[in-house]
Amino acid sequence: MASAGEANVSVSHVEKKEKKQTPARYWKEPRGEKDGNDHEEDGGKTLHQEEPRPQTTKKRKQDESPAVGKKFISGKSDPFPGQAPIPEDRVQKFKRKDKTKKHRRQHYKLKAMITCSEEVSEMAQKQAAKFDLLLPEDAGFLEGEEEEDTCLISQEDIADAVDITAGAKYFNLKLSQFGPYRLDYSRTGRHLLLGGRRGHVACVDWLSKQLMCEINVMETVNDVKWLHSEAMYAVAQKKWLYIYDSNGIELHCIRKFNDVLRMQYLPYHFLLATASAKSFLQYLDVSVGKEVAAICTKTGRLDVMCQNPHNAIIHLGHPNGTVTLWSPNQKEALVKMLCHQGAVRSVTVDKSGIYMVTSGMDKKLKVYDIRALKPLKSYFLPAGASCLSLSHRGLLSAATGDIVQVYKDVWSTAATKPYMAHRTRGAVWGLHFCPFEDVLGVGHGDGFTSMLVPGAGEPNFDGLDANPYRSAKQRQEWEVKALLEKIQPELITLDPNELGQVDRATFEQRHKDRVEALGYDPLAQKRFIPKYKKKGRSSAGSIERRKKQVAHEDQRDIIRQTVEDKVKMEKQRNEREKKKAVLNSSRAALDRFKK
Amino acid sequence: MKVKVLSRNPDDYVRETKLDIQRVPRNYDPTLHPFELSREYTRALNATKLERVFAKPFLASLDGHRDGVNCMAKHTKSLSTFLSGSCDGEVAIMWNLTKHECVRTLQAHEGFVRGMVVRYCGTSFFTVGDDKTIKQWKMEAPGYGEEEEPLNTILGKTVFTGLDHHWQEGVFATCGQQVDIWDEQRSSPIRSFTWGVESFSSIRFNPVETEILASCASDRSIVLYDMRESAPLKKVIMTMRSNTLCWNPMEAYYFTCSNEDYNLYTYDMRYLDQPVTVHMDHVSAVLDVDYSPTGREFVSASFDKTIRIFPKDVGHSREVYHTKRMQHVICVKWSSDNKYVLSGSDEMNIRLWKAYAAEKLGVLAPRERQAINYNQKLKEKFQHHPQIRRISHHRHLPKSIYHQTKELRIMKEARRRKERNVRKHSRPGTVPVVSEKEKHVVTVVK
Repeated sequence: MASAGEANVSVSHVEKKEKKQTPARYWKEPRGEKDGNDHEEDGGKTLHQEEPRPQTTKKRKQDESPAVGKKFISGKSDPFPGQAPIPEDRVQKFKRKDKTKKHRRQHYKLKAMITCSEEVSEMAQKQAAKFDLLLPEDAGFLEGEEEEDTCLISQEDIADAVDITAGAKYFNLKLSQFGPYRLDYSRTGRHLLLGGRRGHVACVDWLSKQLMCEINVMETVNDVKWLHSEAMYAVAQKKWLYIYDSNGIELHCIRKFNDVLRMQYLPYHFLLATASAKSFLQYLDVSVGKEVAAICTKTGRLDVMCQNPHNAIIHLGHPNGTVTLWSPNQKEALVKMLCHQGAVRSVTVDKSGIYMVTSGMDKKLKVYDIRALKPLKSYFLPAGASCLSLSHRGLLSAATGDIVQVYKDVWSTAATKPYMAHRTRGAVWGLHFCPFEDVLGVGHGDGFTSMLVPGAGEPNFDGLDANPYRSAKQRQEWEVKALLEKIQPELITLDPNELGQVDRATFEQRHKDRVEALGYDPLAQKRFIPKYKKKGRSSAGSIERRKKQVAHEDQRDIIRQTVEDKVKMEKQRNEREKKKAVLNSSRAALDRFKK
Repeated sequence: MKVKVLSRNPDDYVRETKLDIQRVPRNYDPTLHPFELSREYTRALNATKLERVFAKPFLASLDGHRDGVNCMAKHTKSLSTFLSGSCDGEVAIMWNLTKHECVRTLQAHEGFVRGMVVRYCGTSFFTVGDDKTIKQWKMEAPGYGEEEEPLNTILGKTVFTGLDHHWQEGVFATCGQQVDIWDEQRSSPIRSFTWGVESFSSIRFNPVETEILASCASDRSIVLYDMRESAPLKKVIMTMRSNTLCWNPMEAYYFTCSNEDYNLYTYDMRYLDQPVTVHMDHVSAVLDVDYSPTGREFVSASFDKTIRIFPKDVGHSREVYHTKRMQHVICVKWSSDNKYVLSGSDEMNIRLWKAYAAEKLGVLAPRERQAINYNQKLKEKFQHHPQIRRISHHRHLPKSIYHQTKELRIMKEARRRKERNVRKHSRPGTVPVVSEKEKHVVTVVK
């Protein structure tokens, strides 16, 4: 049965008398009450609607939802009352840290400040989660029919199945002359840099297939790397490190960096980290052209290197099976992990800085949690992986000889089959996922292959950070902004949030000095001095109670102290006894002759 | 086989015509923005440095007086009008602050102009001088051919040293050898207060509880009065004499007094037995104090040739202003729009300062405003980091003040050391720790 208002509307065309009724006034009885029958039947519903909303004097909040089923003047009720619910997992995605626990003893100002900032961050979190629903693009995917293996689908099939622009992203460059190629994509994913072992260096705007420059440096090229923008790149040649601009003009020859084998560029620090054959790890500040740190790792030839994009720590793999973690601030390795039985062939770290994937000469592929420094998964690859690369969305590509395999969900589930596979013409030399595209670039002995890997790239880029479609003006502006907020190399630590933590050590030291200078502790809690108020409030009874309370409080401290002492003593005694027992129980060599 | 590969239409990401603004798609995913904290810290550091770069507080010097500026008064209704009286007494000048020029001068008194106040309606103002008179003047200049004459003149028996007007009624108070409450219509005080003191230096009406007054007396005390009662309320006696006081306009139970012992003290009117905060930093007697209209900060003028700005509940100043030529600063005022500070000093000049040294004056574009707010928040967030703290707290001081500060610190340290040693070598409990707040109050009398 419809409500009274709706019933009125439905009969209005037929009965003119009804229509001529005077408009409803709030001081009159509701019209529905005229016919008692009607009212009786939908009594439950109207009751619910007429329920007066309690007047709240609560402070208005952003997400306060209006009363459920609020009626409009037209008589219809809103089928989706209040604000749209935000999925919990999306809110979790934007969560920075847990709520701080508030102590009862905390200062009231501090408490208020913490509550206020938490409220603000919660609101920001919710707004970001809401905005997340509006993101324009969805990630790619590849699904086979029943019983069809996705790894058997060839690149040509995929390229045929998708639209022309996406299909054009699968291509081969046949460059057999200058031998196996290393490659690098720029941060926006628009520009590709190729470096052939025998000296061929080319940079391409690969989306429009436009060649920007092509040179031959007439020397062995070990590695190539884009610097902060597509205007400059570094080439590690046989002897020195060179920097070229996008027209192929040599800008610098850096003689301090010799025999460089691998390079990594830290975009937010403007640092170029290089690993050399002479076991030196060096950092070059690209913005000012200074060497920031040179670390002799004393571990031999360094040809396995990667960076942790989460905290800008450099990972190096060594022939003895260890992986070491380095920052420019320390001459020693931060962490040394024994990962493989044989030499380490390749290392890579995922975007969130949680997982590290390594492959070694023992033909194993291992996944580590580098926050806990624990192994998670171990896979055996019959041919062993020579190159590894992780995409934005966590796809792992591994090159075994001339076959490129792509795995999905390596750390969460035990992957049995590759997600995709592709055979190239020569042995794979370099492997790189293109940022913000479903494309894997493979440099091999016979040139370069751009593979389609659906679901690899992050679909939605941030225009202020890395925008593939930015204009020259936007790039210039971004460059200035990025240079202004260049992070100093001293801030590179294992935990990038260390800067936001409370510095208790310094405070304690300073407090100690202050106490020494003053001769007393200025922060010591003052003893409670009861106030003797007049107007009969401090009767003998209440004074006595207060005194007891004070005494009790004092006593509590003493009791706590004694209990703690007791527990400590007990512990020590237990330990002593345990030691004794162990000593007694261990049999000496001559004990066997005892009876 | 079902397949989807990312393929973006460039038209969705590039502006359509050159007249459009650029499209900036955003994605706030935290994993796309690594090093959040370090980048914010860097931004905060840059903002702090820029703040110091742009800190140019001095705006203008208004000259025209022929002797030291002794008192100043803000206009109650007009922001651009400002009044000042000088030591040679003969002139009271009205200034137009936007044009930095003197609008009108008049012959007020013989001898010092001791006090000056604008009536709450802004149509007239009162002056008192060493010639034992109280004069009321019209705010408008006399017409052509008319003579400059006071509206009203009251001849007192003794010299007046200060005056203040009621915030809502036609009543004003003067101080001298006693505190007098005057009705504007009468030529004799409606009430006089004395409490065994020979003279008072300053008197102020409470802006909220308008019947309450506070005054500084020369016997080192601060006395509170209720205008409706015949006797004063209570007084607090301190170790040194207070020069002036000012009520906090927002939390009007607080007042701050400037003291001869180089400190300022904020008191709660209800609990006078110890000050709420002791504000230290000056190296000579503090002569004047004035609150900002927001009640969160106040400015103080000192004999050490500087003016300092203090947050109301912080013990040390956030800002110090000085110039090579500014001599002993006698009076200071915070403008009613919370943007400027005016200081009058011995060497006949009134100086106009910005209240916030790095603030940009004039109209701000929305983006500019946004950037400023963002930077402000960042500075707040990282204010305790040592690097940022060091930069934001650094101020250049004249050599003499720098050395004097150092000397004072050494003296204080020595005193503290001695006390500590005495405490160490005496029976426990006989030499109690006396906090800085308790030290300066002698007694409270009711």
